[in-house]
Amino acid sequence: MEFDSTIFFDQLLSEAYVRGALLSLGLAVASQAGAVVIGFGLALGKSSKFAAVRSVCTGYIWFFRAIPALLLLLLMWNGLPQLSPVFQREWYSPFLAAFIGLALAEGAFMAEIIRSALMRVDDGQQLAARALGMTRTQVLFKVVLPQATRVALPPTGNEFIGMVKYTSLASVISLQELLTTAQMGVAVTFRYAEYYAAATVYYLVIVSVLMLLQNRIERRFTWTSTPTKRRFPALSRPQTPEKVPA
Amino acid sequence: MKTPPLLEVQNLHKSYNNVEVLGGVDFTVQRGQVKALLGPSGSGKSTILRMISLLEPCDSGTILLDGEQIGVIGGRVDVRPAPERILARQRTAIGMVFQKFNLFPHLDATRNVMSGLTTVLKVPKKEAREQALEMLDRVGLAARAHAYPSELSGGQQQRVAIARALVMKPKLMLFDEPTSALDPELVREVLDVMEKLASDGMTMVVVTHEMRFARSVASEVALFDSGQIVEQAPPDRFFDAPEHERTRRFLAHMH
Ligand SMILES: Nc1ncnc2c1ncn2[C@@H]1O[C@H](COP(=O)(O)OP(=O)(O)OP(=O)(O)O)[C@@H](O)[C@H]1O
Ligand SMILES: [Mg+2]
Repeated sequence: MEFDSTIFFDQLLSEAYVRGALLSLGLAVASQAGAVVIGFGLALGKSSKFAAVRSVCTGYIWFFRAIPALLLLLLMWNGLPQLSPVFQREWYSPFLAAFIGLALAEGAFMAEIIRSALMRVDDGQQLAARALGMTRTQVLFKVVLPQATRVALPPTGNEFIGMVKYTSLASVISLQELLTTAQMGVAVTFRYAEYYAAATVYYLVIVSVLMLLQNRIERRFTWTSTPTKRRFPALSRPQTPEKVPA
Repeated sequence: MKTPPLLEVQNLHKSYNNVEVLGGVDFTVQRGQVKALLGPSGSGKSTILRMISLLEPCDSGTILLDGEQIGVIGGRVDVRPAPERILARQRTAIGMVFQKFNLFPHLDATRNVMSGLTTVLKVPKKEAREQALEMLDRVGLAARAHAYPSELSGGQQQRVAIARALVMKPKLMLFDEPTSALDPELVREVLDVMEKLASDGMTMVVVTHEMRFARSVASEVALFDSGQIVEQAPPDRFFDAPEHERTRRFLAHMH
């Protein structure tokens, strides 16, 4: 059986794949955003002055780092509805189950990234900010967080790309994301190569766009008045040549 | 009636892990005066500035700014440590300049100077920017208003830090070894700014190792050792005719 490029392109441009890709991307963005929020809360909680808060956070991180994401998704989708009728209602969609599961799991990893980023900010920063009269909350959001963000950006970008791939796990709970779309096509046509290749292309495109985006955001965090050199010169737009004095 | 001293520190005590760092410090600074604090490393100079600037609570003692006790709430009878919100408000009256500048690296010079105005005093952005630029001009950095800290020399960074504190219109400025982290050739520009500030009538407490600065600018010089003030006197007497043996030894060491 030869690779049939007509099938491949038909699928690549089909509505089902576009929808699957958007669903994957949407799930990844939502879950990662949720994980950042959870991770931030855990990071603050781990340096709380209350021992109880600290141990709850440590326990959370221990638990969700240990559980395989696949198991967590199955638990969310199949387990929760058995435990409580609330989750048998219509609003509890596979998307929601996947979002909760992935955000909870990833939150444990984001907690460590954010915590170490917060600790990397020099102690003199909060002293100077407090000396100006800023409250603890103002110090956190105006001074510490922007600096911690710069430290946390590269590892968070990494996690985000990982998350795009983790969304494919949601195929086991019948969410029609990218991989499920391919699987369903394969089930009737048995054209494995073409259908999987189309999915591969979408993953490549999504991850490439995200990498470019990450690069752009990181450049905003260089904190210099002159634009710095781009990290991927080949990908950068051609720069206007400097004017040579006549 | 005599006006109270601008700063009055009475019987200040502070221990860390049961080790006494400040053992009952008393001193006063009159309005418009410059007090230079000298002393060996570890004698508690930074600690006392952190207490006065309310960055850390003292164990006991009182700090009066312009006749009013700061760091506490309540009347004469039930004095309690002030909550963080009140402390934050009181800190705006006291400017602090650190040895390592501690500029905010993610903000350019102008926005560093603006930060206290907009965040703490809620001054509108436009007005804050104008005040910041004016203050940067005063420390000779109008031309570098849009440079980020990483693009400035140590001396320039320290001048921005001074501007950032000054723009809040504090009653008192505290300096903790403001030139100790600088290359020798950059010390002068910072001392010049401080000297001008002193001659403009700002009340200042300066922890320093710059003997020439202490002699020429300070109204009074104090020697700090083991959490106590050993000797304080006007600079002529302090440097030329010190009363205490400890002061003589310290001065001999510095030359
Ligand atoms: N947060 C703290 N916890 C424990 N000990 C501290 C703390 N801060 C200061 N100390 C101790 O208090 C003493 C005085 O410190 P301080 O920083 O006030 O000295 P200094 O006179 O400013 O010295 P230097 O000239 O080196 O800056 C030192 O022995 C120091 O180790
Ligand atoms: Mg010190």
